[in-house]
Amino acid sequence: MSKDQPISPAVMAHRRAENTSASLVGAETDQHPVATAVVGAEGPEEMSGSRAIIRSLEQLGVTDVFGLPGGAILPTYDPLMDAEKINHILVRHEQGAGHAAEGYALASGRTGVCIVTSGPGATNLVTALADANMDSIPMVAITGQVSSAFIGTDAFQEADIVGMTMPITKHSYLVTDPQDIPRVLAEAFHLASTGRPGPVLVDVSKDAQVSTMTFTWPPQLDLPGYRPVTRGHSKQIKEAARLIAAAERPVLYTGGGAMRADAAAELLELAELTGAPVVTTLTARGVFPDSHELNLGMPGMHGTVPAVYAMQQADLLVTLGARFDDRVTGQLDTFAPNAKVIHADIDPAEISKNRTADVPIVGDLKTVIPDLTDAVRQEFENGEKPDLGTWWSTLSTLRDTYPLGYTRTDDGLGSPQHVIERISALTGPEAVYVSGVGQHQMWSAQFVDYERPRQC
Amino acid sequence: MSRHTLSVLVEDKPGVLTRVAGLFARRAFNIHSLAVGPTELPGISRITVVVDADGELLEQVTRQLNKLINVIKIVELAPENSVQRDHIMVKVRADASTRLQVTQAANLFRATIVDVSTESVVIESTGARDKIHALLDVLEPFGVREIVRAGTLALGRGPKSMSDRALRH
Repeated sequence: MSKDQPISPAVMAHRRAENTSASLVGAETDQHPVATAVVGAEGPEEMSGSRAIIRSLEQLGVTDVFGLPGGAILPTYDPLMDAEKINHILVRHEQGAGHAAEGYALASGRTGVCIVTSGPGATNLVTALADANMDSIPMVAITGQVSSAFIGTDAFQEADIVGMTMPITKHSYLVTDPQDIPRVLAEAFHLASTGRPGPVLVDVSKDAQVSTMTFTWPPQLDLPGYRPVTRGHSKQIKEAARLIAAAERPVLYTGGGAMRADAAAELLELAELTGAPVVTTLTARGVFPDSHELNLGMPGMHGTVPAVYAMQQADLLVTLGARFDDRVTGQLDTFAPNAKVIHADIDPAEISKNRTADVPIVGDLKTVIPDLTDAVRQEFENGEKPDLGTWWSTLSTLRDTYPLGYTRTDDGLGSPQHVIERISALTGPEAVYVSGVGQHQMWSAQFVDYERPRQC
Repeated sequence: MSRHTLSVLVEDKPGVLTRVAGLFARRAFNIHSLAVGPTELPGISRITVVVDADGELLEQVTRQLNKLINVIKIVELAPENSVQRDHIMVKVRADASTRLQVTQAANLFRATIVDVSTESVVIESTGARDKIHALLDVLEPFGVREIVRAGTLALGRGPKSMSDRALRH
């Protein structure tokens, strides 16, 4: 089943480029192309629900899935075994499949896919789904479910996984009619990869997998309540540009949203135009090169002295896809007390959730940042470009006085920070880093030099 | 905290009520009352939810609700430009000696008696929240046996319909 294809960032990036040419039917036209692509029209053709699952995945451009077979999903593993275009990566535990799909999505920018069985298989995915939800990672999880006649009877390996995962998924589906499979999968990929990305769960009952349906492609998406805003409001962008032009101590507070929006190049342009210091949160490490002179490093509890100081003393926070997380802000009411806040995010619910925004901008950073850059350029041309000399002289002094560091051991033994530092120095920017959660994760955030997006 | 009435148009899909109710619980928003039913559009239901929340929190409730994929549209209905009605049925103790008084009380509130037995009557009433409370106060001394009450229903005044533009996109 596994075709021993190497999984490397280069391979994934190549595959990604192939798959971003067309966008789904029914998708908003003003969205930048999503990774879910229509390969071509097909059907009608009679087939089993299982085959329809695999055929839909192929049509959606899926090339790799992570999974572990089990009773309720077994019918789908038969056509998966025959699938030419899909590489299955077998894991030893469903949580691994979920995290692998997350990692795949982070490293490649494509939607990660995992396939597991009902009951315990599905519940083992919970941590990965919650993680993907918190980190806004595009992921589709397909779970087997007991036959629809048994649902609600506490049947063998039955778990209400849709009910259980409602709080930790962007959306979820229970499919009991095989005819719904193409539409539901197309919707799932569309939801997972557009707007604020996130995990979508598709639970498919065993009878829906084994019974016959008529397959046609492309399906019509039916999402009347899903209309993510992509373009920032021009008035707000103008107002934001005015604030940036007037600020003496601005900071570009950059979060994971910039990474998800694939907006590294756009961010670089804005930063270099304004000359403002950039801080990158944990999920944004790499979206702005660590070696760049404007980068002050990571803010917050585990951040650098200049990054924390800059935010506290700032008169303007240009917040790009960040969410004022408690690890960044600490006590909210004493955080950046003198700063005005520009808050740009694709998720309207993030704006003014923790910190009230003076200028809210809802939209995709891929277009919001260039729009903002243009508006700032206009402001600079009309008026005077602000002099950030005093601001930078303070920050540079801090950067020189308090570089990132750790206490060297005096017992002749090595320290973990040193190991991480050396790995970074020896591997360079080609490497992709994966960490767990905890102290080693913070060391990895601090002592690895991130030079490009999708590196961690 | 102030009380607000939200009208939420949702797709009539399995689990949509769980999603809405779960969101309120998860985000520690307080629901005062909730009413759900079909609308003039097939496949579309309308949830009327009364919440206790202040400005910022209400804004956050609305934004979080809007993120639910099955939620199509949300409108806040202010008391001054909407009609808001509660519906209640009350079973009150009423024998031969008190039945006339109970009936009179019901009549004063333009409530209807929908069931009579030798020992009780069932009174049905529809009205604004204050009127329902006043009716209950008056019935209380006779002995209230059972109360069943629906969540507040609300509709904006004037010719506009919230579902008009919601499905055109």
